[in-house]
Amino acid sequence: MSTDTTISQRPTPPSYEVPKAIRFGALAVGFLVLVLFPLVFNNPTISTIGVFAMIFLMAVTGWNIFSGYTGYIALGHAVFFGIGQYATAMLASYWQIPPGWETFLLIPVSMFLAGLAAIPIGLIVLRVRKHTFIVLTIALMFIFQLFAYNLRGWTGGSQGLEVSQPPWDGSIFNLPYYYVGLFLAIIAIVTSFMIRRSKFGLSLLAIRDDEDRARSLGINTRNSKLTAFVISAIFLGAAGCMYAMFVGSVYPQFSFDPAFDLELSIMAFAGGLGTILGPSLGALIISGAQQYFLITFGGANVFLIVYGALFILILRLLPGGVVPAISDKWRSHVVRKEQRILDSESEGPAEAGAHK
Amino acid sequence: MLVLQAIIEGVLVGGFYALMAAGLTLVFGVMDIVNFAIGALIVLGAYLSYSLTIHFHIDPFVSLIFTTPLMTALGMFIYVFLIKPIKTNKVVMSLLTMFAVATLIEGILDICYNSGFVQIHASYINNSLRIGKLNFPLIYVLSFLLSAFLLSCLYFVTYRTKFGRSLRASMQNPVAARLVGIDTDRVSMITLGIGIGLAAIGGMIFGTTNAFNASSSYDIISRLLVIVILGGFGSVGGALVAAIFMLVIQDVVAVVWSPVWGSTAFYMILMLVLLVRPQGLFGKKGVRAQ
Repeated sequence: MSTDTTISQRPTPPSYEVPKAIRFGALAVGFLVLVLFPLVFNNPTISTIGVFAMIFLMAVTGWNIFSGYTGYIALGHAVFFGIGQYATAMLASYWQIPPGWETFLLIPVSMFLAGLAAIPIGLIVLRVRKHTFIVLTIALMFIFQLFAYNLRGWTGGSQGLEVSQPPWDGSIFNLPYYYVGLFLAIIAIVTSFMIRRSKFGLSLLAIRDDEDRARSLGINTRNSKLTAFVISAIFLGAAGCMYAMFVGSVYPQFSFDPAFDLELSIMAFAGGLGTILGPSLGALIISGAQQYFLITFGGANVFLIVYGALFILILRLLPGGVVPAISDKWRSHVVRKEQRILDSESEGPAEAGAHK
Repeated sequence: MLVLQAIIEGVLVGGFYALMAAGLTLVFGVMDIVNFAIGALIVLGAYLSYSLTIHFHIDPFVSLIFTTPLMTALGMFIYVFLIKPIKTNKVVMSLLTMFAVATLIEGILDICYNSGFVQIHASYINNSLRIGKLNFPLIYVLSFLLSAFLLSCLYFVTYRTKFGRSLRASMQNPVAARLVGIDTDRVSMITLGIGIGLAAIGGMIFGTTNAFNASSSYDIISRLLVIVILGGFGSVGGALVAAIFMLVIQDVVAVVWSPVWGSTAFYMILMLVLLVRPQGLFGKKGVRAQ
């Protein structure tokens, strides 16, 4: 860190972050909107969009805990999403859980199973870096898809599995899913926040910036990466369980879907990879738009085109994402204000210019 | 006998995968790009050849005269407008861009051709070649010969021409290559053009030997990725060996055990190899560690 003497000697060093009051205000408003959303828009079509948004919210926040913080872009997290889905479908029929509230008890089970599966998978894939890592995660997802197709006795093969749906009335059907989803998403965001603020989070960021140097500074990079990988897999498992319960059926090609990982990375990149709330923002906007397109145009193909084009645009125009763009704007705003003060003091425009 | 037949068929089909994997590795070596769109581009090539054979009654092999230049131009276009502008975090950004291109192509193809399976037809497609007691589909033999021919062309271009020298220089050390006056941008553009032009040819081969639809790309890309990882990223020779090896294993497992487990065996071998050698069979350890 290059500290500028003029600035560090000033009585109150200006904060380059968006002020706390604004941030907490925005958070509170966002929270209220999310809580009230299904009560205001009680049309089932719209609250369905809300449920999917919640599922993606927890999934992308979980994904970001690993990929955003460590810089290892995993494009195979559909593995854990799929494990959550299949665990739900298989256990619900194996334990003969009656459709209704009891099914929600499968969420912690799916989370546990996804986290458990992440340990051996992580041990294999985290031995390589960069391209090989990305490609290996994609390959792993195809392996699991093939297993889902081939182990017919357990997974039903291409016939898929059914999760019987509770006999709730259509007007309130979505509400339990929405609020459980919101609850899990908030847990994911709080976890993400606590990790970001912890020493463990710092070690993840150090791995992102320069893994070899992080190792030489005494960080056990393998354990840090593996822990983050398992934590993110746990939330993907929860998302998979919610998805299976809500949609009511599980198929190999939708559970282990390469497009799912594209969606997660689009959302994270659009919002701001590696920030705490950026991916959430991306998830809400993009999954909302996605469901809307799906309902309006029906077919999946238009949606693929829109997605591809949107992704290319985002990568070209906002490579850092929305949230970093906003904080950049704020920072340059603060710096400019400070520069004006220094200019009016007519003593050190040169020193102020030296900063940054 | 059945096993021998399976082995030879594995080699024949392996030629196609070897060609595609070589293109993928070359592009990766020069630009650090994992061309994830190759699967979708192969399917695009297959559909282009399919349309030409259906509407103009052109022989699939002749259709390559039209599709290959078109796809090469597409590759150069992708480089100039999508890859070259990427300045930060090139590795991840370019891979995601290619992923997005693949999605875009898949969506467009799905709209243009519906999602029913089609196959490229020609009068000789169902003929077969008899050698002793073994019976091979003629098209497999033809496509293997074409792949082998193109691979030797690729070898000739890389090791015997001036362009090949600048290409290898850019692979070894892009900065030094630029210092001695090689226009690495131009080399990258042409390499991506070649890589995607090869996808047109691969698409024709794939389309004549398999029934395909727009989402067949995932099947191709997953296998190609496995081959490239197994062979070691950036190693053309490794890609060739891995491609043949994989396809032979798959065909033998399919014959000896069950066709369903053929492709799973393919992936399980990758996992086992990576446990022992994370860098792949022929990859160099630590070359691109960071």
